[in-house]
Amino acid sequence: MSDDRKRTIEKRPWSITRRAVLASGSAVGALAAFGLKTPAMAQETTPAAPAAFLPRVLVSFAVNGVTQDIDLDPRTSLLDALRETIGLTGTKKGCDHGQCGACTVHVDGRRVASCLTLAAQVADREITTIEGLGDDEALHPMQQAFIDHDALQCGYCTPGQIMAAVACVHEGHAGSEAEIREYMSGNICRCGAYPGIVAAIRNAAQVMEG
Amino acid sequence: MQSFSYARPASLDSAIATFAEGGEGTRLLAGGTTLYDLMKLDVERPERIVDINGLAELSTIDTSGDELVFGALARMSDVAADPRLADEFPALSEALWKAASQQLRNMASLGGNLLQQTRCAYFRHGEPFACNKRSPGSGCSAIEGLNRGHALFGGSDACIATYPGDFAVALIAFDAEVDVAGPDGERTIPVSDLHRQPGDNPEAETVLMPGEIIIRIRVPADAVGRGSTYHKIRDRESYAFAVVSAAAAVRLEAGVVADARLALGGVATVPWRAREAEHSLIGTALTAETARAVGEIAFADAVTREHNAFKVELGANVVRDALLIASGRA
Ligand SMILES: Cc1cc2nc3c(=O)[nH]c(=O)nc-3n(C[C@H](O)[C@H](O)[C@H](O)COP(=O)(O)OP(=O)(O)OC[C@H]3O[C@@H](n4cnc5c(N)ncnc54)[C@H](O)[C@@H]3O)c2cc1C
Ligand code: SF4
Ligand code: FES
Ligand code: FES
Repeated sequence: MSDDRKRTIEKRPWSITRRAVLASGSAVGALAAFGLKTPAMAQETTPAAPAAFLPRVLVSFAVNGVTQDIDLDPRTSLLDALRETIGLTGTKKGCDHGQCGACTVHVDGRRVASCLTLAAQVADREITTIEGLGDDEALHPMQQAFIDHDALQCGYCTPGQIMAAVACVHEGHAGSEAEIREYMSGNICRCGAYPGIVAAIRNAAQVMEG
Repeated sequence: MQSFSYARPASLDSAIATFAEGGEGTRLLAGGTTLYDLMKLDVERPERIVDINGLAELSTIDTSGDELVFGALARMSDVAADPRLADEFPALSEALWKAASQQLRNMASLGGNLLQQTRCAYFRHGEPFACNKRSPGSGCSAIEGLNRGHALFGGSDACIATYPGDFAVALIAFDAEVDVAGPDGERTIPVSDLHRQPGDNPEAETVLMPGEIIIRIRVPADAVGRGSTYHKIRDRESYAFAVVSAAAAVRLEAGVVADARLALGGVATVPWRAREAEHSLIGTALTAETARAVGEIAFADAVTREHNAFKVELGANVVRDALLIASGRA
């Protein structure tokens, strides 16, 4: 058996990058390693000691390259943190139950449903939302392709579609129309703009990979 | 949603200690795609959450040896994409990539996947509907209600909820096991024994003891894996739970079946191994007719309800098609 089969996810190119080492000597250090700040009175403990249950969490993560330090009720979803706390309303809430894809964002480059992600879960990670995809100079090729191919009607699903589509291309799952349809099936479009969405992704994939 | 306090241990030992200290009302959070969903519906009301995503030691994927080993926190998308799994255990890879969406597969862990909870609408949506699993003793709205999605096997007078997951169905076909760790150390449980049939107390869904954490899944790297498939029939082409599914695997010798595995999804209260149907396969040459006959054996003991009887015919055909796909790869 070859060695490259034996690996952990941590070593993969799209893997989570930890800013701090896991093997921290203290629970305080360990929490800090995940961008979770502990109350000042937290005591020095060993790695096997229980972690503290916190009624509120101070979470730090980057959104579109800007570090956000926010104090949250642990119930808060990443979606609500983005929209309500940080004020980035490009990410949409459709079902709030992981079923529609409207809330799709990237966490360390991987697409996730932000409605089913606790904001506390993404401490110390890098989030990209639709607002962070292009820059002041130009739209992202996927955004441009959605315009060029009329890939929307009401536009409500569109930010989630575009975030999913960019990830779909990066994953290498945009090789054929059938593959795009399979790997985009988590994004529902109530307006039925699917033919335009598929055409836009095929086109943008060439630009992105070209 | 009920409020809760949140802890994020950074090692397995610390997680075990945190889980034990939290005691009753404490739940583990992995991807959150089942738990957080049910918390939003107020079906789950934990007082304390132990977020185990900091346990990097549980994310390992090792398919290099005589045993496939998956850490409980390995994500569905990463495992589905493993090259050896796709080549030598297509049923396991398919059971993963045909489940949920890529967004959810990027989030969902294998441990959480095994423990996902039923999609029974009466369970999920609460009052005014009675549900013994949600509130023990209140009754079951499905037995005389809308039961199209409900189980043909393993039900009781108290509950007929279908176990919705795909991966566990494929795992039991290959005799997989889970290793769990708790305050009293480690133990091993066959995946086929992990889930409990509802009986009189459908709220008890697994044999896990309080404080136990699934740490890894192990699958014997048996040669029968190559000739396998996870054939999943859904109400739409993609992104839906199974109406009926079959994990099938065969090894052929001189054109006849020498080893066979068959497990069913979407039709039972727990991942369902169809042993009698498996035995009937040994020594046969697979054709559409013989494969269909195996499907009929697999569904012979089905207990049907008002809206789900169609699954007997559908199921026999799903088994036939699964066996033909599997033997085409064997
Ligand atoms: C819209 C949608 C569609 C879906 N479609 C499918 C589908 O087609 N097929 C399919 O199979 N699944 C499907 N799923 C279910 C999905 O696969 C599961 O929700 C997911 O796998 C659960 O994993 P998780 O890590 O998110 O678990 P969590 O939600 O974090 O945990 C689930 C349960 O397991 C417990 N738990 C988690 N990890 C451990 C551990 N290591 N040890 C002990 N207990 C643990 C938690 O306490 C909780 O009770 C779908 C889900 C959604 C929302
Ligand atoms: S089938 Fe089970 S989960 Fe569904 S209503 Fe009846 S008791 Fe509840
Ligand atoms: S709002 Fe998150 S998937 Fe629908
Ligand atoms: S454009 Fe209206 S929902 Fe997709």
